[in-house]
Amino acid sequence: MKIQVLGTGCAKCSDLVTRTEAALKRLNLDTPVEKVSDIREIMAFGVMSTPALVVDGKVCFSGRVPNVDELAKIIAS
Amino acid sequence: MKLRRWFVLPPLLVIWVIAYRVLKPAAEWFTYQLCGLDPATHLGQSVAFFVYDAPKVMMLLVLVVFGVGIVRTFFTPERTRRTLAGKRETVGNVMAALLGVVTPFCSCSAVPLFLGFVEAGVPLGVTFSFLISAPMVNEVALVLLFGLFGWKVAGLYLATGLLIAIGAGWVLGRLRLEKHLEPWVLETRLAAATPAEARLGWNDRLDHAQQAVREIVGKVWLFVLAGIAVGAAIHGYVPDGLMAGIMGRNAWWSVPAAVLVGVPMYSNAAGIIPIVQALLEKGAALGTVLAFMMAVIGLSLPEMVILRRVLRLPLILAFVGVVASGILVVGYLFNLVF
Repeated sequence: MKIQVLGTGCAKCSDLVTRTEAALKRLNLDTPVEKVSDIREIMAFGVMSTPALVVDGKVCFSGRVPNVDELAKIIAS
Repeated sequence: MKLRRWFVLPPLLVIWVIAYRVLKPAAEWFTYQLCGLDPATHLGQSVAFFVYDAPKVMMLLVLVVFGVGIVRTFFTPERTRRTLAGKRETVGNVMAALLGVVTPFCSCSAVPLFLGFVEAGVPLGVTFSFLISAPMVNEVALVLLFGLFGWKVAGLYLATGLLIAIGAGWVLGRLRLEKHLEPWVLETRLAAATPAEARLGWNDRLDHAQQAVREIVGKVWLFVLAGIAVGAAIHGYVPDGLMAGIMGRNAWWSVPAAVLVGVPMYSNAAGIIPIVQALLEKGAALGTVLAFMMAVIGLSLPEMVILRRVLRLPLILAFVGVVASGILVVGYLFNLVF
């Protein structure tokens, strides 16, 4: 599994990274979270509002920071 | 737990309305009876102002942010872009300014949003209308204006903010500034697949609204209280009419001065509006005050720095220049009319 957080480096983006890591820990996964901050790479995913979460190349959501419970659910499915 | 919310929210709303109704007498009772302050003293005036305004503004803020939070779940930047992509310029400017108010937007995603719009074929001027209205006409500013000045000033701010966004976007579109985009902007191709968001039910919408309240109120409450505290001090201690000479309607240079001071200042609406209210009360002119607020809220240096990644300097300067001129016109207009 490959997990990426898209964000240009604002506070919300680092929030999402922290929460995603917490969610992974809860699921007993040790997948690393990759931060994507290059604007062109972000655009290549078709994302217009950051932060966004990408699992295995698929954009799960964008423009918000869900809580750890919801993140765990999203990653698990 | 999800079902419980439908039983909790309506009574909460009723309590809110009752509390809002009794707030003024309660605040007066607290200040003058319980604390035994004299309404004729500076201290009494200041404390009464704070004890009434602080809870009032916080209550309005929670309610409106919750409401706007629900409205925003019906809009996404992707959907807004689809709506704007096929529009001609003038109609597009109007729609972009209106959508800027309700589409969820954070200035940190200004760049991806800008790119997304431009690449989908949204005209540059229309994109600017959106980028001007989104930060300037926001719910926090409107709540504060309504709470502290009443619905007339809040309405004026909403209307003139939209007009500036429409007008400035239209002018910027006429200036044909596409050549001042960073060259790679027009080369980048947006992936066709836009992220598919799951369909939202009402429970999700309420979840999002609750989250918005936590996020926004959590971020601004300190600024609101600090602003109201400064406002309260001015209300109680600064003599009436002091501001009339500096920021009054007869001082012609006060409007441009207000804009010049306001643009580099970066504060959210929450901190600045209570201070501005107190200034207005002491004789500052409405147009001057409005221009100052718009310059502070609508044009921010950090956003310019972010946008510099896609716009060359001449385009940034044109953007600031056109919007600042719009604000100037509004400022003078209000000083003339009121």
